Amino acid sequence: MNESEARSLLEIADDELILGWRDSEWTGIAPLLEEDVAFSSIAQNEIGHARALYELVAGEQGTTADELAFDRAPEEYRCTRLVELRLLDWEKTIARHYLYEQADAARLEQLKQSDDAEIAGLAAKIDREEAYHRMHAQMWFDRLKDEPRFTAALDELRPLLDAGRDEHSPELAELWVEMTMVRRSQPAGTAW
Amino acid sequence: MVTAEQVWNALAEIPDPEIPVISLVDLGVIRDVGVANGTVRVAFTPTFLGCPALEVMRDAMAERIRELGAEPEIEVLKDDSWSTDRITPEGREKLRVSGFAPPAPREASAPTLVQLQSNVFRCPYCGSTDTKLENIFGPTPCRSLRYCPSCRQPFEQFKTI
Repeated sequence: MNESEARSLLEIADDELILGWRDSEWTGIAPLLEEDVAFSSIAQNEIGHARALYELVAGEQGTTADELAFDRAPEEYRCTRLVELRLLDWEKTIARHYLYEQADAARLEQLKQSDDAEIAGLAAKIDREEAYHRMHAQMWFDRLKDEPRFTAALDELRPLLDAGRDEHSPELAELWVEMTMVRRSQPAGTAW
Repeated sequence: MVTAEQVWNALAEIPDPEIPVISLVDLGVIRDVGVANGTVRVAFTPTFLGCPALEVMRDAMAERIRELGAEPEIEVLKDDSWSTDRITPEGREKLRVSGFAPPAPREASAPTLVQLQSNVFRCPYCGSTDTKLENIFGPTPCRSLRYCPSCRQPFEQFKTI
C-alpha cells in the first residue's frame, strides 16, 4: 500500500464512519418504521466498513483502528462535507443518501481494480453490501425525483461532494465531541 | 494431540449468535482449520463487516479450541470470499424450517431491485413463490423482509451476498 492508497482508504473510512453516525440519528424517529429499520441497518454497515478500512490502514501505519477513528482532532478527518451535516429533513437525508451512494459506487469500482489484493478484496466485499444501499437510494430517488423539495435538496447538497476535504463544517466538531466522549472519558488502557 | 477433525466437530457445535438454529460451520464462515504444535489456526470470514456477532463468534471459537487443550489463533479474512453460497445445504434447510427463507444463489453482479421484486422467492411456510418485498432491510443487516399473500405470513429472507 503506498501513501496515496492509504490516504484514499482513510478518506473512505472517515466518510463511512461519519455517515454511519448521521444515519443512526434516524433510529427511533424515522418517518416510517421501514425507514427506521433501513437507516439503522445502513448505519451499522457503514460503520462496519469504516472499521475494516481503518484496520487495513492501521496495519500499515503501526496504529489501531480505534486510534484512527477516535483519537484524531476533528480538523484531521478527511471526510467530505456532505456526510458531516446533521440533516433533519427527510428530503435532504434521501438526497444525501443518493448522492453519496453514487459517488461511493464509482470509487469502489476503482478500488476493486487495485493491484493490492487486500484492498481489492475488501472493496469487493464492501461493494456487495453497498449494492443494497444503492437499491434503497434508487427506490427513493425514483419516488421523489419530481418533487421540487427533493430536487432543490439535490442541488443544494451536490456541490459539497466537490468542496474538498480540508475544510470542515462546525457540525463535524460537534459530532466529534459526541462520538469520542466515552473514549475520552476512559483513562488510557482501561478495558470496558 | 488435537486433530483438525476434532476442531471441525467442536466448531460445528457453536451456534450462530443471531440465528442459533445454524452453526458456524453451517454458515460457511470457517474457511480453514490448521493444527500444528499445539496451536489451532482458524481462518474465519465474516458475513457482513458490521455484524455485531463477529466478536462473539471469534471468542466462542477461541474458547472451544482452548477446551480441546490447544492455543487458538483466529485469522479474520476480510475479502470477498464469504458469500451466502457458502451456507451448507444442511444450514439452508435449518434456516427454512425456522422461518428464514434461504438466500438465492449469488450471481456475478449484485442483485437488483427488479430481482428482489420478482416472484422467485419462496415462502418458508407454504412454499408459494408469489411473495412480495416489504423492506430491503430487516432486523439484522443480513436479512430482508417479505410477505406471503398466500398464507398471509411475513417472513425474513436471507440476503444474497
